[in-house]
Amino acid sequence: MPRHGMNVEDRSKDFKGSMLRLFKNLEKWKYLLVISVILALCAALLSTIAPNRLATVTDVISDGIKPNTKKIEQIAMKIAQNATIENGIISNSYQDFVIDGVNISVQDQMQFMKIMRKIDSSMVTEDLLNKMEELPESIKTLVEPKIDMPTLKKRVIILGIIYLLNSLFGYIQGIIMAYVGIGYSKKLRRDISLKINRLPLRYFDSHETGDILSRVTNDIDTIGINMSDNITSFVSNLTLFLGSIVMMFVTNWIMALTAIAASIFGFLFSFLLLKRSQKYFDQRQKELGDLNGHIEEIYSGHNVVKAYNGEREAIQEFDEINNRLYECNRKSQFLSGIMQPIMSFIGNFGYVAVCIVGAYLVMNQTISFGVIVAFMIYVRLFTNPLSRIAQSLTTMQSIAAAGERVFEFMDEEELTDESHIIEELDKTKVKGNIEFQHVRFGYEKDKTIIKDFSANVHSGEKIAIVGPTGAGKTTMVNLLMKFYEIKDGDILIDGKSIHELSRNNIHDLFVMVLQDTWLFDGTIRENIKFNKKKVSDEKIWEVCKTVGIDHFIKTLPGGLDSPVSDNQVISSGQKQLLTIARGMIEDAPFLILDEATSNVDTRTEELVQKAMDKLTEGKTSFIIAHRLSTIKNADLILVMNEGNIVEQGTHNELLKKSGFYAKLYNSQFQK
Amino acid sequence: MIQLFRNLTKKDILLIICVIILVVFSVFLDLRTPEYMSEITKLVQTEDSTIQEILNAGGHMLLCATGSLVCTICVGFFTSLLSARFSRSIRRKIFAKVEDFGIAEIKKFSTNSLITRTTNDVTQIEMLLAMGLQMLIKSPVMAVWALMKILGKSGELSIVTGVGVIIIVVTNLLIIKTVTPRFAKIQALTDKINGVTRENITGIRVVHAFNAESFEEQRFKEVNEDISNTHLKVTKTFAMMDPTMNFVMHFQHLGIYVVGAYIIARSGMMDKITTFSNMVVFASYGMQVIISFLLLTMIFMILPRARVSANRINEVLNEEVSIHSGGFKGQTKEQGTIEFKNVSFKYPDADEYLLKNISFRVNQGETIAFIGSTGSGKSTLINLVPRLYDATDGEVFVDGVNVKEYDLKELNNRIGYIPQTAVMFTGSVEYNVSYGDNGKEKPTLEKVKEAIQVAQGTDFVEKMDKSYQAHIARGGTNISGGQKQRLSIARAIARDPEIYIFDDSFSALDYQTDAKLRKELKKYTKNSTIMIVAQRIGTIMTADKIVVLDKGECVGFGTHQELLKNCKIYQEIALSQLSEEELQNA
Repeated sequence: MPRHGMNVEDRSKDFKGSMLRLFKNLEKWKYLLVISVILALCAALLSTIAPNRLATVTDVISDGIKPNTKKIEQIAMKIAQNATIENGIISNSYQDFVIDGVNISVQDQMQFMKIMRKIDSSMVTEDLLNKMEELPESIKTLVEPKIDMPTLKKRVIILGIIYLLNSLFGYIQGIIMAYVGIGYSKKLRRDISLKINRLPLRYFDSHETGDILSRVTNDIDTIGINMSDNITSFVSNLTLFLGSIVMMFVTNWIMALTAIAASIFGFLFSFLLLKRSQKYFDQRQKELGDLNGHIEEIYSGHNVVKAYNGEREAIQEFDEINNRLYECNRKSQFLSGIMQPIMSFIGNFGYVAVCIVGAYLVMNQTISFGVIVAFMIYVRLFTNPLSRIAQSLTTMQSIAAAGERVFEFMDEEELTDESHIIEELDKTKVKGNIEFQHVRFGYEKDKTIIKDFSANVHSGEKIAIVGPTGAGKTTMVNLLMKFYEIKDGDILIDGKSIHELSRNNIHDLFVMVLQDTWLFDGTIRENIKFNKKKVSDEKIWEVCKTVGIDHFIKTLPGGLDSPVSDNQVISSGQKQLLTIARGMIEDAPFLILDEATSNVDTRTEELVQKAMDKLTEGKTSFIIAHRLSTIKNADLILVMNEGNIVEQGTHNELLKKSGFYAKLYNSQFQK
Repeated sequence: MIQLFRNLTKKDILLIICVIILVVFSVFLDLRTPEYMSEITKLVQTEDSTIQEILNAGGHMLLCATGSLVCTICVGFFTSLLSARFSRSIRRKIFAKVEDFGIAEIKKFSTNSLITRTTNDVTQIEMLLAMGLQMLIKSPVMAVWALMKILGKSGELSIVTGVGVIIIVVTNLLIIKTVTPRFAKIQALTDKINGVTRENITGIRVVHAFNAESFEEQRFKEVNEDISNTHLKVTKTFAMMDPTMNFVMHFQHLGIYVVGAYIIARSGMMDKITTFSNMVVFASYGMQVIISFLLLTMIFMILPRARVSANRINEVLNEEVSIHSGGFKGQTKEQGTIEFKNVSFKYPDADEYLLKNISFRVNQGETIAFIGSTGSGKSTLINLVPRLYDATDGEVFVDGVNVKEYDLKELNNRIGYIPQTAVMFTGSVEYNVSYGDNGKEKPTLEKVKEAIQVAQGTDFVEKMDKSYQAHIARGGTNISGGQKQRLSIARAIARDPEIYIFDDSFSALDYQTDAKLRKELKKYTKNSTIMIVAQRIGTIMTADKIVVLDKGECVGFGTHQELLKNCKIYQEIALSQLSEEELQNA
């Protein structure tokens, strides 16, 4: 039924592409997959033989409850042979004879004939059994019902082996697919994690963290759990399905058409259903997203909602979305729930159809009874895999959707390749000069925010960057660290163009301490050491002492091994001190420092302040300034507003200019 | 779990009863179908049966199948209706409950967790109802029915069936027992993998700056390894389930045949046929019994997760709300006054007081400012006025009436509260500024414009596409922090409150805008009382009264000049921000 395949393609254009890529990624496990498919096929084959073999077991037992009619005939024959016909009168000249080693006397023979005469020619089994007790002992032993135990044992053992193998294949296949499925999701997760660090910062500035996280967990789980299961079930079911069609047509084409016709309407109907329910499922995901958004907004803005009496409004909107969600929940749940019963009904319907049409054909002498019996099995073999294929197609749709999201992330443009850069600045030899030459930059293509900025910074100087929030102070950090590439102009580090240096090399030359204190879930030691491998505890303590946090760490029960995660004990000021300590261990000729201390109380602020001053010693430093003292001592002040550098100079020069800086500086004294 | 299902309404229970009846009926029909099927098989195999006989049996079988289909579709309809209804009502209950929460409760659960509880956890319950309910009813009915068909027919065969059932139940219990703790571990590791990835992303600048990419990758790799291994163990255990079930089912079948054969062999002539038919019946119904137990175990696989979710939901629904609305709605004698009388505050389960014995009074039109280091309790103090928290000891009065006596809406109508972090809602600029309900009519566009004007936002709003109707994205991500703060202030102004509460709401503004905004505001709201919390001395120097807080205690009270002279902590703060000379100039 190729039409169904086409339907699926229509539904989502990326379904095919996404699936193809998912398969391509599975290449590493192709041998395991082949083994698994072979095992599945073997298991399927065994499942088809099993009913047949079971029927033979039943036959042995059912034969065993009937009197042995063959033996009865044999005895009757023997008696008849001894009879002589004289003048049309049958006269028996009985004489003893032996069958299977049992001697049957004349008397017994006469009794046998007497009983037999009473039984109808049609020889009903029950009648025979009734008379069985009256038969003479010798004949009774020969004809009484007996189960052929040796044959039964043999057949039961064969069947037992079939079942055992079937389960064994199933188990091995399950284990293989567990390895494949989990290995696959592990690989996809790792790919995403690697990708994260290869993406330009631009990506993170414009995408939500939650969305990326959802790809790492939800989407990959969806793929990993379902993908491997689906492949094997799909392949084995498809084989069974195609095989049964071929077998049916080979056996009898009229019956084959009957079986297919009986099922086709049902299948068409259920595919329509599938398509329709997909719509509701999609809508459901969307409504769920909307609801999530609304809830997030209201919960996180809870204080405002309460203080502004916004509860009624919030509930109203919630109810609206909740009702919409209810509708698609109900519909999607219902439509997908009735798939299975419809499928089993189709199976039953096909069964009856085949029986009836088959019976007609037998009447017309077109086919034998055996054909009907065979078709009764083929119909099951035909409808069962189809309904499973239909099921796996629905799961595959969700796999494809998840795959699309994963691949979309994987296809994001990466940081420019720098493998061709061979030159490198040695951080121990760098003097510390930086020159900005006509730098032009904008986050968006047609919007330049830094227009023609030039400045010369000498070794050991202190450069303050000031301006209102949102003025673009982090832009300077982004450019210096090559987080973003400048559009035009150049930045020279010790005379070397930033374009000719690798990001790794530049990052090596800079120490960066940012305002948002980024610490990860680990111990204090791990956070200070970070990615540096050989750092002795003495060095760590030395740095902590310089920063002034050694005392605090000593008071913690675990010392350097105390965990940092969500720890109430460590205040935000102390966290900032830890990041400064981390920066100090790095030790590089340049420094970028965001000195905002708004989260910190006055006493800690003093500590942080002192630590920062220590950090700047002997380094060329760029400081995002918030304190007047920093600004005043700076060798150069870069004043930023609306993304652009609007003024530059020393404190006094800029005050004399009485421009933006002067206004900014004086505004804090205004009444 | 049961506690959660107490939330089922009468109509829900009626639905469940309908489902039960329909399921029983469909099981009845389902069990009939195989009987007709074997009859047809027999007819087809017997050479002299007529078409009419086959048509009859086929017709009956189709009738049963159709009946069962109709029943199952109805069951599907009712269960989907039930699960959707129930999840909708639970979601609403949680949402309404959270609306009633104070900050304390929200903090206790954390916003993130509350969001998952309202959505994801409810979905788990919904799934249980949609898929599990049917199985939960069907499997015992089927098991009992099938057992009834074979009960008392043959002791030996019953033992074989019983052994099969026991093996199934025991293996399932064992599998579930080994798997459940690992599921919990997977859940924890999922949190961890989320955590590591989140840290990598939020610290992406630091990671790049320290060339720590491979360090982060290593961290991720460890968790990834861990989670994959645990997952593998679970999946391997589960891989055993299906083959074992099949094996037991088939071997039971065979076992019944073998035992049956022996019984037939030793029974008398006439008993052979009955024993044989018993054996066939046992074989097919024994299968049904096992299948029904299989269905039951499937529920046991959904159940643990749903139970965790049910508990999480119950925790929210059972949470005692600490702040209750009073009944006072009338006129007050005073207007725009705030008084604190010996107010102390601590978190319910904390030992230490965050605020100790604070008393002051502000009159209409005055500005009072609060300054102090982090953790000094400034924000907590002003949060007591709109009852985001309640004072542990002492009393807070607004317009001469204790805040606890007010109807919460009435109290809020008097207050314009601007939080530390500006909150933006999805919608237009106008929607955001006219947000909420102040007991009067919604502010007009004119009023909104005026409020934005005072909040120094006109410039940027009018530059935006569609200006006042411009769309604010979720969380206000399309405007800057300073712009958000100005709109948040405009929102309070549009409310026309008697009392303004600024909880450090100027921090994202530059000095210039800050100063101008406060000047305009003072002009615009001559009769309003203003409470300000700030970090910058510049923001509060002009206040009528300044309260200096240190570790929850009031260590200074007076004007800027007074405090400069006699409050050591105030001097320290001032000097850390401005030079002596600058302070003098001011």
